[in-house]
Amino acid sequence: MNKTARRLASIVMVMFLALLVSTTWIQFFAAESLNNDPRNARTLYEQFGTDRGPIVVGGEAVADSVPVDDEWNYQREYAQGRLYAPLTGYYSLVSGTSGIERAENDFLAGSADALWADRLQNLLTGSDPQGSAVELTVNPAAQQAAWDALGDQRGAVVALEPSTGRILAMVSKPTFDPNELATHDTKQANDAYLALSNSDDKPLNNRATSEIYPPGSTFKLVTAAAALESGDYTAESVVDAPETYTPPGTNSAIRNYGGTSCSPSGEQTLADALRISCNTAFAQLGVSLGDEALQEQAEAFGFNESFAVPFGTAASVFPDPPIDPAFVATSAIGQWDVRATPLQIAMVSAGIANDGEVMEPHSVARVRDQNLDVVSETRPSGLGRAVSADTAQQLTEMMIGVVEGGSGTGAQISGVTVAGKTGTAQHGTGSEPPHVWFTGFAPADDPQVAVAVMVEDGGSIGTSEATGGRVAAPIARAVMEAVLNE
Amino acid sequence: MTVDEPAVTPRQRRPLRLAEVFLLLLALAGGIGGYAMVGTSIRGELPDSFWGSSALLAATALVAHIVLRLRAPWSDQVILPAVVLLNGIGLSMIWRLEISGSPGMAPADAVGNMTASLLGASVAFTLLWLLRDHRWLRRYTYIFMLVGLLLVSLPLIPGLGQQINGARIWITIGGFSLQPAEFAKIALAVFFAGYLVVNRDTLALAGPKVLGLHLPRLRDLGPIMLVWGVSLVILVFQRDLGTSLLFFGLFVAMLYQATARSSWILLGMTLFALGAFSAAQLFPHVGARIDVWLHPLDAEQYDREVGGSFQLVQGMFSMANGGLFGTGWGEGRPFQIPYAYSDFIYAALGEELGLTGLAAVLLSYLLIVQRGFKAALTVRDGFGKLLAAGLAFVMALQIFVVVGGITRIIPLTGLTLPFMAQGGSSLLANWIVIALLLRISDSARRPSDLPVRGQVGAAEREPVLVGGTSADDGTPVAGTPSAGGTPPPPPDGGTPAAGNRLPRRSLTERESSGTTGASGSSDPTEYIDPSTPEAPRGGDRP
Repeated sequence: MNKTARRLASIVMVMFLALLVSTTWIQFFAAESLNNDPRNARTLYEQFGTDRGPIVVGGEAVADSVPVDDEWNYQREYAQGRLYAPLTGYYSLVSGTSGIERAENDFLAGSADALWADRLQNLLTGSDPQGSAVELTVNPAAQQAAWDALGDQRGAVVALEPSTGRILAMVSKPTFDPNELATHDTKQANDAYLALSNSDDKPLNNRATSEIYPPGSTFKLVTAAAALESGDYTAESVVDAPETYTPPGTNSAIRNYGGTSCSPSGEQTLADALRISCNTAFAQLGVSLGDEALQEQAEAFGFNESFAVPFGTAASVFPDPPIDPAFVATSAIGQWDVRATPLQIAMVSAGIANDGEVMEPHSVARVRDQNLDVVSETRPSGLGRAVSADTAQQLTEMMIGVVEGGSGTGAQISGVTVAGKTGTAQHGTGSEPPHVWFTGFAPADDPQVAVAVMVEDGGSIGTSEATGGRVAAPIARAVMEAVLNE
Repeated sequence: MTVDEPAVTPRQRRPLRLAEVFLLLLALAGGIGGYAMVGTSIRGELPDSFWGSSALLAATALVAHIVLRLRAPWSDQVILPAVVLLNGIGLSMIWRLEISGSPGMAPADAVGNMTASLLGASVAFTLLWLLRDHRWLRRYTYIFMLVGLLLVSLPLIPGLGQQINGARIWITIGGFSLQPAEFAKIALAVFFAGYLVVNRDTLALAGPKVLGLHLPRLRDLGPIMLVWGVSLVILVFQRDLGTSLLFFGLFVAMLYQATARSSWILLGMTLFALGAFSAAQLFPHVGARIDVWLHPLDAEQYDREVGGSFQLVQGMFSMANGGLFGTGWGEGRPFQIPYAYSDFIYAALGEELGLTGLAAVLLSYLLIVQRGFKAALTVRDGFGKLLAAGLAFVMALQIFVVVGGITRIIPLTGLTLPFMAQGGSSLLANWIVIALLLRISDSARRPSDLPVRGQVGAAEREPVLVGGTSADDGTPVAGTPSAGGTPPPPPDGGTPAAGNRLPRRSLTERESSGTTGASGSSDPTEYIDPSTPEAPRGGDRP
């Protein structure tokens, strides 16, 4: 029986050889493709298993990784989740990342090229890698004021520092609690994500940067800027302001808000037209300026361009010429196909406030590594000059008129000169309550803060009675006060 | 497989088993080192019970070594260290998974498995102490048959059996879960060995020839067919392909070893393949397993909630992450694989120890198995040969089925890796297998009463082994010059070196020459002793 036993032993050798080959196949030859398989969660696990850096606002962490005793070792926690959700975004096992969490992931995770020295240090000392802290430009008081003032209304608030482009506040409602998505209970996180993404309120969307709305009368700032820049107009130029205006090539007339006439004489100064937000005057002005001039001016303020703040924003839209004159007229008052993010409208005000130069908006002030050394700092950079300093000065004066005695009196702050512009934008079929806007800056002579407020569907008033002046201006005032009271 | 040292050298001194001591130290270093590294890697410090647990493991190895010294001093010196190494590494991995904090790893129980290991070792070495001669088992051949059948059928008894993950292979007694099939494989191996050693010749030669295929007579094959058929039928009801494959492989291998009829092997394998194929057609869950095996990375297989390829693919991800050298103890994420502590411990080890670690594990298993075969080759009695080879083969087959399932050579089944995977039954049963292999290897190497040619007193002792019939199975000894006669002294006067060669060869080969003297199953030239040219050829008896 020895011969057969030897044969059995040889069969066993062949079996083990097969096992060695198959093991080698998986661990060596197929390893790369298996490691890169999108279903292989190990890359994600590696990320989630590190001490991710905090996101800091005003010296306090609004997002931080807390050691926990589970398979992940660290739990991402958001101290004021809903308040800062549009900025921080979420960091979720199930639904990935968004906002700053995504845009600054390399620094937060500690894997950025700039952090090579830290990684070397960790390797030598054997300490666990630690992510860097990302410090935001946000002013916590302004953020809270915007949150409170917006209340339960659906909308967005953006505040900028005109001279630098720093984002001082960014609120979007309805919003979400990133903690619900960051939980390691994947079922719970998945349920939360499904509920949020299927909700008609779109709470996951950042209304301040990624949704575009018809800007309505706030766009008249751009039309006025184009008029002043053309050299044919000044703030005191008298323009036609009829009760109705029928643009060439159409039979449908443009009317003023409430069907009123802008002036008994049928004409008024450009400043007055802006002050009371006269539609017929600006529609006619737009047609005479032409589509090219309007688009050029809009793009000088940042339209048709998206920004990294550092997460990407939606591009605001001014359609390409040639545009039918009928639509040039409605475009000039911020209707038809003109769309803007609240951030873009804030940039228009900020550009005017900054003597005509628009600064690139940004929300990250600096990044500090584990040793608290600054490894990255955002330097303010200009997008370019939108209007001349003189035009900016004239526009400022006109906007002061809006707040002092026009449609935007709701934004007045005692002892401070405020410049602003309201907007009430029809949308959809026109029967829904309008989106209402306010944008402006203060103090007018030394601008510290520029703000844009957009409230969907008339906000709490919720009827066609809602206007930017009634609904949005008080919110803007609250935010500007919060910044000025610092 | 050749044995260089003369097997029957009448050594007077017992071996000191120093090689075993040295290898045991290495094995303990491997297991305890892993334990320490898991602790320092995950918790930054040595495990709380590090010294106690390590001392317990070392003490167990020491006691086992002492038992071997006293009761089986000539037994193989490599088997025990290899088992201790595998067991230690397995325990370290189970503990590593237990403290991972992953909810899926909650059932991982290193202390429980350590207890089971110690219990297994205790039972094994108590058995080794009490069982002085493996041939004692042969007396109870048919008892073992009944025990084997009983064990296999236990899970089908209502109230006793338990269905876990679709397979009904567990029983619960007083809160303890047992897998009776693990013990049944030992009982059946003993039965097959005892039965075949008596009946192999009638099986091989007495049957009719059909289509050029030599078939055994049914009445000779009866008991074996009964056992085989009953166990397979029961296993169909228990729905466990792995155990079924294990028993079938054991049966075929031992039948082949006893009869050397390779045509039967082909027939048997064809039958099994047909059975597996029709099972895949008939039972949807078997067919699903085949799909998972062939296309695990397809989204359809991966996303299937029940019976999908998720576990298999997670194991592959784990092993791929380990690469050539592994992530190191406690540095990987093997706890992501469902059942990483039991069914998939091989993949978990692959992640943290890498290809090099798995190669070491496979080679350790191979050492145990081949040492088992070596015992089968050198032991003098046919029962021992069949039993040792059967046990070694069934262990190899089990490893092949488990690792082959994880690495996609064959479809995945529900068997566990001996000595490593969590599970008391498997540990206990495999420790008993080791005890039996050690016992047989001891008797294989022990200087026996076998007379060396030319030694004084050979004639008196002759009936014990050399003369006409061997003591244990009644097989006449071919290759000895004449049964019952005194071998002629070799021309050189019977120096041990020259004299030893003849008995060893003739003894190891005589089992296959057969009662009838037909030399069909072995090459007669093997019986010619070059030192005794006048020795007649084997098979000269009527």
